[in-house]
Parts: sequence; structure tokens; C-alpha cells
Amino acid sequence: MALSNVVETPASGFNFENVSRNVALEGLLEGGHTKAPKPMKTGTTIAGVVCKDGVVLGADTRATSGEVVADKMCAKIHYISPNMYCCGAGTAADTEKTTDLLSSNLTIFSMNSGRNPRVVMAVNILQDMLFRYRGQIGASLILGGVDCTGNHLYTVGPYGSIDKVPYLAMGSGDLAALGILEDRFKPNMELEEAKELVRDAIHSGIMSDLGSGNNIDICVITKQGVDYIRPYQESEYKDKRQRRYKYRPGTTSILTEKIVPLELEVVQETVQRMDTA
Amino acid sequence: TMFATQVYGDNGKMKEYHYTGPVEHRFSPYSFNGGTVLAVAGEDFAIVASDTRLSEGYSIHSRDSPKCYKLTDTTVIGCSGFHGDCLTLTKIIDARLKMYKHSNNKCMTSGAIAAMLSTILYGRRFFPYYVYNIIGGLDEEGKGAVYSFDPVGSYQRDTYKAGGSASAMLQPLLDNQIGFKNMEGVQHLPLNQEKAVQLVKDVFISAAERDVYTGDALRICIVTKDGIKEETVPLRKD
Repeated sequence: MALSNVVETPASGFNFENVSRNVALEGLLEGGHTKAPKPMKTGTTIAGVVCKDGVVLGADTRATSGEVVADKMCAKIHYISPNMYCCGAGTAADTEKTTDLLSSNLTIFSMNSGRNPRVVMAVNILQDMLFRYRGQIGASLILGGVDCTGNHLYTVGPYGSIDKVPYLAMGSGDLAALGILEDRFKPNMELEEAKELVRDAIHSGIMSDLGSGNNIDICVITKQGVDYIRPYQESEYKDKRQRRYKYRPGTTSILTEKIVPLELEVVQETVQRMDTA
Repeated sequence: TMFATQVYGDNGKMKEYHYTGPVEHRFSPYSFNGGTVLAVAGEDFAIVASDTRLSEGYSIHSRDSPKCYKLTDTTVIGCSGFHGDCLTLTKIIDARLKMYKHSNNKCMTSGAIAAMLSTILYGRRFFPYYVYNIIGGLDEEGKGAVYSFDPVGSYQRDTYKAGGSASAMLQPLLDNQIGFKNMEGVQHLPLNQEKAVQLVKDVFISAAERDVYTGDALRICIVTKDGIKEETVPLRKD
């Protein structure tokens, strides 16, 4: 019986396979007057707080592509395992895929060992991967979870640095959120108080930072289970318009119409009974 | 954040970069402060509208900085882009208006202001005013007039025009609703003042949804032969 490796040991040293390809691509694109597609960043406010009974994570729901809002209701709190969730800021694709990869790896580990994964394990896997990619993966993550050793909150940076802290904010709105957290955080807070604090921190990011906005998602992780509240608070700004903009059928002009009948010839016909018992 | 330094790029937007070696830092005289302006000309009225958010990078400088400036009783100008140049340009236009009034004993007409602005802007062809201007007002016959400019002075008279950060989102919508473009079998009703104001409000609500630099509040200036009326409508603040 072969034990699958949870994390495949990569080749030693740094992996520079794609460097020459990237340089060539950049040159091609500049010459061809086309620009490289801009990766969608989340331009975010995410925050996390450790309280008496568990961990509370919060995030806004706006994803920006440059100065345009690409997604007004994007989910930034990602599932890692039944006892761990991760907020992601930075390049949207990177946070999605990194957390998916981590989640899959931890599921395999749980099945292999029969144990719930610990938060430190997730953090170490993340750190290892992000460092290996030398910051090319633009993912700033806040990982929070409850395991047999207690309630933990970690941050992992895009270059692979980690920090274990009782409260935290990341993303473009981090300074605004951190202001609120620094003012009102106390160790061993009650759950409701912690939820309000995280909500206020994210709200401050939403109002002060142009990259964050729309609704607030909250995720509460305790020993008893997880409460993923999406949205915890909907944006108070409703886009209610004064006129209705509806078009009658036929408003779009049809310039030409071409109908091509498909000539189908029945070559062979077989009947297969389905077992519907 | 501790690992990536954020630097303002050429147009004022923030850039994250990895330190790969010595980097030459250049001082940029320009900065982009956001904002959207819009002007619509009707049969006997003109509307100039702008949002009131002043931003830089991902931060907000002010939530109450309208971009419409009253020039005469029949003309309003909307300026968006680099706020420093907007302020200086409007000061210069005001001074020139006074000079004209004192020498010619009459107020400048909308068309005359537009022509003058074009020469003022081209005078700085090689260090331009980073401002997107739109003039809205009444012409000599009392009909609505809109003049739109580029940063170096090229201008033309329009029926409607959007400028600034969300202009690319608003212009197609106006082309469809006011210009009746890309529609068939629709009655070409002339735009009346009430419908025009509703349209402007709706269009800015849409712009605030998708453009991060547009929001906070909307200032509408309605120019008629009875004078200039101002209206303020709240927009999203996030």
C-alpha cells in the first residue's frame, strides 16, 4: 500500500523555468502593440480577531481590475478545512488557487492520518509554497482556525513570511481597519463583541479605501463549528434608478438573416434500456 | 504591509514592485485626482453634472469637492483630472472673463469662452494642463450648448458628453438614451429638462457602482434663461 505524499517534495533550489518564457512574452507583447492582460486584484480589506471562544474573520466583497469594479459580491473567505478558513488579498486568481491547493492537500492528509489538520500545518504548507515561488504568487492571506491546541490566527505574506498574532488586517484597506482594531481590541473578548469589532474594522476599510467596498462577510470559527455569514451586512447603498431602461423586442436591428438547414441522415439506430430500478 | 513598497506610478495610481535593483525615481508634476463630469444640452436648457469625490491612489482626499464651476450666468464649466491644474485653470478663465468684460462692456458668450479656453490650453501644448474640460451653457439664441475639450485644447460642440474617469462607461449609455443610437423603431422624443435630470442621476448611480473614483455625491447645475440652479444628490460612499 503506497502512502501518497501529502506535499510532494519539490526539486531542490529555486525554480526558474518560466523566467525566459516571461521575458520573451513581454517582448512579444510590447512589439505587437498589445498589453499583457492585467491580473484582477482584490484591492481588499480583510481582518481577523482571536476571541475567547474562537476566531472571527471578516472581509469586504469588492474585486477591482485597475480602477473598475469587476465583482461586487466576490467571496474572499475561502474554505480550507472544517476547522479552518482563510481570507485572501492580492491577486484574485492566486488567492483562489493557493487556498484550493491547500484545502485539497489537507483533505488528503486527514484521510491518511485520521486527524483534523492543525493550523500550524496549513501555515507551514502555505509558507513553503509561497517562498518557493519567490513572491511571484501575489497572495496575502489571513489564516484562522480552531484545533486541539487552541484558537489561532496567522498571516502569510506573498514572499512567504508568517506572523502569529491575536488581531490582524491585510489588503489595501489594512491601515484603516487596523486603526479600529488597535483602538478596541482586548484579549479574550466575547463572541458578539468580536463580531462587531471585525465588522467595524471592515466597514472602516470600505469607507476609507477605494479598493474595498460593497458588502461585509463574516466567518466565525469555534470548537462547535463554523458560522459563515455571507453577507453579514449588506451595503446600505442601493442602486435605485429613477427611470426604467427596458427595450421592446425588435429594438436591436437585424441586418441579415441566413438559415442553413442541417441535412441529417439516419445511419444507424440502437436502443439501450436504462436500468431505472 | 511590510514586504512590498507601494509607489505612485505616473498617473497617480499605486504600483507594487519587487525590489530587483537600483530604481530611478522621477518626480512627476502630475497626479490623478479622479472624478467624472457630464454635460447635456437641451432645447432651452443645459445641464452640467459632476461627482464630488477627490481621490488620490486608493485614498479619498475629500467627499465634497464638486467639479462644476460657475463662469457666467449662462455658462458652467466642469473640470476633472489633476485638481491642481483644475483650480489654476478656472482662476485663469475667471480673470480672462473679467478682462473681456472690462474691455468689451459685455459678458462672454458660451461659444466665445469655448474658443478662448482652446487657445489657453494650446498655449501650454508642451506642458499641458492635465484637465478634461466640458463647458455647458446657453448660446446667443438661448439654446443649450455643450463644448467638450481634450487636455491640449481640441474642442467641438456636442449635444452631450461625458469626461473624466468614468467617461468610457457613461458615454455609450448617453449615446443610446439621448442619441438613440443602436436602436430601431424607437420614437425620437426631444429631451425635456425633467427627463434629462433623471437620466443624469441614473447614469451617475451606475458610474458609482463600477468606477472606484466616482461616488460620494452628485452636483447638478441646470442652466436656463432664469439662471443657474444647483441640486445635490447622494451617491455611494464606499
